[in-house]
Amino acid sequence: MEFDVVIVGGGLASLSAAIRLKQVSKMDGREISVLVVEKGSEIGAHILSGAVIDPIGLDALIANWRDDPESPLATKVEEDAFLFLTKKSGYRLPNALMPKLMDNHGNYIGSLGNVARFLAKKAEELEVEIFPGFAATEILYDEQGRVAGVATGDLGIGKDGSHHGGYTRGVELRAKYTLFGEGARGSLTKQLLAKFNLAANSDVQKFGIGIKELWQVKSKNFRNGLAQHSFGWPLDSQTGGGSFLYHFDDNLVSVGFVVHLNYSNPTLSPFGEFQRFKTHPRIRGVFEGAKRISYGARALTEGGWQSVPKLTFPGGALIGCAAGFVNVPRIKGSHNAILSGIQAADAVAAELAKKNPAPEFTAYDEGWRASPIGRDLKPVRNVKPLWSRYGTPFGIMMGALDMWTNVLVGKSFFGTLLHGKPDYACLKPLADVTPITYPKPDGVLTFDRLSSVFLSNTNHAEDQRCHLTLKDASIPISSNLPLFGEPARLYCPAAVYEVTYKDENIKSDPQFVINAQNCVHCKTCDIKDPAQNINWVPPEGGGGPNYPNM
Amino acid sequence: MTKILVPVKLVLDYNLKARVKSDKTGIDLTNVKLSINPFDEISVEEAVRLKEAGKATEIVVVSIGPAKAQDALRSGLAIGADRGILIETTEVVEPLNVAKILAKVVETEKPDLVFLGKQAIDDDSNQTGQSLAALLDWPQATFASTLVLEDGAVQVTREVDGGHQTLKLALPAVVTVDLRLNEPRYPTLPNIMKSKKKPIATQKIAEFGIDITPRLKVIEVHEPPTRKAGIKVKTAAELVDNLKKAGVL
Repeated sequence: MEFDVVIVGGGLASLSAAIRLKQVSKMDGREISVLVVEKGSEIGAHILSGAVIDPIGLDALIANWRDDPESPLATKVEEDAFLFLTKKSGYRLPNALMPKLMDNHGNYIGSLGNVARFLAKKAEELEVEIFPGFAATEILYDEQGRVAGVATGDLGIGKDGSHHGGYTRGVELRAKYTLFGEGARGSLTKQLLAKFNLAANSDVQKFGIGIKELWQVKSKNFRNGLAQHSFGWPLDSQTGGGSFLYHFDDNLVSVGFVVHLNYSNPTLSPFGEFQRFKTHPRIRGVFEGAKRISYGARALTEGGWQSVPKLTFPGGALIGCAAGFVNVPRIKGSHNAILSGIQAADAVAAELAKKNPAPEFTAYDEGWRASPIGRDLKPVRNVKPLWSRYGTPFGIMMGALDMWTNVLVGKSFFGTLLHGKPDYACLKPLADVTPITYPKPDGVLTFDRLSSVFLSNTNHAEDQRCHLTLKDASIPISSNLPLFGEPARLYCPAAVYEVTYKDENIKSDPQFVINAQNCVHCKTCDIKDPAQNINWVPPEGGGGPNYPNM
Repeated sequence: MTKILVPVKLVLDYNLKARVKSDKTGIDLTNVKLSINPFDEISVEEAVRLKEAGKATEIVVVSIGPAKAQDALRSGLAIGADRGILIETTEVVEPLNVAKILAKVVETEKPDLVFLGKQAIDDDSNQTGQSLAALLDWPQATFASTLVLEDGAVQVTREVDGGHQTLKLALPAVVTVDLRLNEPRYPTLPNIMKSKKKPIATQKIAEFGIDITPRLKVIEVHEPPTRKAGIKVKTAAELVDNLKKAGVL
């Protein structure tokens, strides 16, 4: 099947690009056919974010969205609170000291999944073809090596490779231009970065893992519109990350924890840190008598300004988190995702209007740094490198200072700092670290991974090939285990990876087990595996988590 | 030739955990994925297979519910049904009233067969097919696990306690289907695309002149009690002791 534009992934960047293309098509009175494929079972099923949302993107895309009866954002940020936590106590930082770049005034608290659902509805009203439940698994190239679309995966291939009852061939979706909005560490994006050498002139991409729970709390503990962030405990000074806790809608509290994936201690468990965080005396009160409704996790990009690769290549472009537009100190990126979708769409539409459209619509790549996206990311570009170099809290203070100088004198004394090593190369050998042990979950405030994954409604069709592929099946046991204690067991927030022994006591005959059906599609394993041996590929379309309003 | 009517219902997706509303009046359906009832999907699949085998001429899917119930119809159309009828209402419609409305639809559509899922996975009532057959005074076969369409009759094997029973029904007839009847296909992308262009006629429920006031009152919906944590025992004797203490032995 042929379209003018095929968009991979049904997140905010993709849906915004689709909407903008159709807006232009209506305005100019010319037909632009747009198709969106999404691997989740429905739009929103794989969307997980904090989320405090800067409306600058939505404002640019949809006039009067605030007055829409189905507007997904009802809670404005009423109060910003920043805490520095120590083991027993916490200090609230005076808001006056916080760099203006981090102010959440005018922003909204809500569910990014619901924003995606809202945008999908708008897109369908504009006759965008949206197909959830179909994973793009292959990039199509033409004879000139230009991207010519994608193919969706075959369905109904068993573990042994044989076809079973519902076997259905994938389809080729050909397009004049293909936009990749796969989110952080997209599987096709990874191929494109390599094939077109897109990151040749940019710094390494950095990532974090965000783990989130949604709670319904007692009314007496609910403070509508409070957006609270913390750093410090339970992470040590050398590990970057922190928590978010947002009160919104009907007694809902969205609580989550981000760990920067350049952490060095292989015995660290981001999930364990999150659970432990909730037990802090300054935090736990909110959850008294409350009920945990949902759980999920997703990797996010943290490289920012200096890590954004070249965005365009012959036949297509990267948009949203696939390119990496998260603003780390502001802890948000969805506004830039929307803006990047709009910018890419404008460039595509301009190209399509020409008599002989060029293979590459370079205007998008040339324009973003001078656009609101660039203006958002540039002043904060040194925060993450400073944090990584000087740790918590000193690096954060320097980052804050740097943001102030950017605001006051319009530049940074540091120039543009680099990020250093990629995340997978940051682990220290087991022998060089103090192992971290985590308290047992109490089943009320803290939980184990399996009961958490249960709340993500994760499901994969049973008899299918494992989508967590190993380049070399022996590495987990022969190298990762002795060197690092196989950290996949700990960084995976969904208990996908296990090392089992014939005899647990003497640790005999270790086996690496992959429980692929638990996978919440966060992509952390693909990023953090020290041997870069795990290659995440999409499972059958429709599989993965089914997040309601995450 | 045979025309088949397949009623379908939009329900909470089978992968999702049902969450009780905070006021305990029902299940929270806001922002959750809703899908075609899996048993209804099997009904549509069976009808489409009959059509592909040249034994059925037309397949009409019908749903009663809010505008969103269209999604269930689209799922049926993507599998291969020909057209849809949406009977719109935002009220809860109990199985007997569903059957009464379906009986009216049968009057106008004049199908030879009605295939229904044996039950909907949201309320597990398992009443609609039976009620419909009674109202129409048609023969019925419930829990079909195999189905053979012959001239003017349908042969249905149904799962009963301790075995299988095979029935032959003269058409027109009502059949409710069970899990084992078939494995529904994955709708392909081109077929989903085509399904968006297939016609769906929308009618208001009031046009049917049926009083849909519920006869049942929901007093409370609550979650099943959470399981208590188990304990590990070291010896068989300790196990027996504990079982005795628990009053099991």
